[in-house]
Amino acid sequence: MNTEILSFENVTFTYNTEDETMRPAVENVTFSIESGEWIALVGHNGSGKSTMAKLMNGLLFPNEGKVKVFGHTMSEETLWDIRSQMGMVFQNPDNQFVGATVQDDVAFALENNGVPHAQMVERVHVALSQVKMEDYKDHEPHHLSGGQKQRVAIAGALAMRPKLLILDEATSMLDPQGRMEVIETIRRLRESTGLTVISITHDLEEAALAERIIVMNRGQKHVEGTPAAVFNEGSELTEMGLDLPFAMRMTHLLQEAGVALQEEHMTEDKLVDELWKYYSRA
Amino acid sequence: MMEKMIFGRFIPGDSVVHRMDPRAKILFVFLFIAIVFVANNAWGYAILLGFTLLVVFLSKIRLYFLINGLKPVFILLIFTFFLHLFFTREGDLLFSFGFIEIYEEGLRQGIFISIRFLVLVFMTSVLTLTTSPISITDGIEVLLGPFKKIKLPVHELALMMSISLRFIPTLMDETGKILKAQMARGSDIGSGPMKERVKAVVPLLIPLFVSAFKRAEDLATAMEVRGYRGGEGRTRYRQLNWQLADTLSLVLLAGLTAVLWYFRA
Repeated sequence: MNTEILSFENVTFTYNTEDETMRPAVENVTFSIESGEWIALVGHNGSGKSTMAKLMNGLLFPNEGKVKVFGHTMSEETLWDIRSQMGMVFQNPDNQFVGATVQDDVAFALENNGVPHAQMVERVHVALSQVKMEDYKDHEPHHLSGGQKQRVAIAGALAMRPKLLILDEATSMLDPQGRMEVIETIRRLRESTGLTVISITHDLEEAALAERIIVMNRGQKHVEGTPAAVFNEGSELTEMGLDLPFAMRMTHLLQEAGVALQEEHMTEDKLVDELWKYYSRA
Repeated sequence: MMEKMIFGRFIPGDSVVHRMDPRAKILFVFLFIAIVFVANNAWGYAILLGFTLLVVFLSKIRLYFLINGLKPVFILLIFTFFLHLFFTREGDLLFSFGFIEIYEEGLRQGIFISIRFLVLVFMTSVLTLTTSPISITDGIEVLLGPFKKIKLPVHELALMMSISLRFIPTLMDETGKILKAQMARGSDIGSGPMKERVKAVVPLLIPLFVSAFKRAEDLATAMEVRGYRGGEGRTRYRQLNWQLADTLSLVLLAGLTAVLWYFRA
């Protein structure tokens, strides 16, 4: 359980090292993630979280410090090996769909890694059933909704049986229903397989589902901790341009208005629970 | 009009022709194109026409659908027919009215060329109607395989083709959106003189190009992260399956050639 999956050791990255005035996109960041965890990496635009995603999969290499994935330091030599054990889902559902049909797309990474045909058919089938898209295997991408396309992208990652799944703003272009579909899929996957998930997002509602949150601000790690601990920072997060989950904002507003609520609530259900208890007490 | 046009469209179905290996179908059509030129008399052309209709029948495509969908092609067909009819001046004079003179050879040539044109269009349409674009791409990739030896990037070409096919509907949607966005800003596309209309296309094309490049960049990243490193060491998910029917179709074609040769004048 407690094996380290990914770690950043004093990582600094600047896009243009020649320009002295450039602020590093990522500055002296250190953290580590263990297998089975669900981590949310949150931050406003320009906070460096997208750069961190690129550092995690070797699209970029740090100027200083080390990125270690599955115990290997990320470098030109280890890159492909690491990538074959890591799945990644990006923001735009259309721009990551390579295959002509759903099953072709799921098979893409398998083809690239030279998996034999018989095994490929089985793995594609399993991966599609994990995201509940098996009925759509012959569909073309333009006949799918955004949420369905993202689920196919997740299946494409799962087909490689990855140790780590990174969601880079994977829900930010979806409508509320598509977002629910994707989050639900991830939740189910974690229950059944214990997959390690890193979700990079600026949506704190989504981050609230994670076990641990790392907040990035202006390229630096601002705070790290459980959702409850991180959300306690309240106003500071708001200043960074992050919106607290609705239930938390509501709790704060109610408390300001003189309603004596007992605790912080991260989900609407819990808040409603306490509210009706509150009135029955009064 | 675009909906009726069947040139290059794929209609899913279940027939002997649909189930054939794309490699066999592509080979078949290319050989057929060469064989058509063997025929040089009425017998030969009658046999060609009969053979083509047989293939159309086997593909279970309704003849009416085919003819209706190929209307624009028929205009060209009729044009070539009359061209030959009026301008060939050999053989006996059949008919003369004022400056119009029709000769026997002209009529013969007109009919023959029309039939030749017709069977070629029918046969290639049957290929594209019964084979999905992605299967055609697969077929071409395998058939061009030997050219890898002379450094032809066959895999890359096939991948380019399949990605372009995949992105056609996406970019069409995008064009529609941009069109509406520009119209909402008061741009007037589709009216006025030709010069104005061409100018109006520019604000449509530029955003489309910008977004296409953005998409290409994203796609390249996604492909790289999913382990794409060119054609080396790749396996294929789609398997082509050469069956008896495929061999038979080529045998049938050889038979056709023999028959045409026999009747050749």
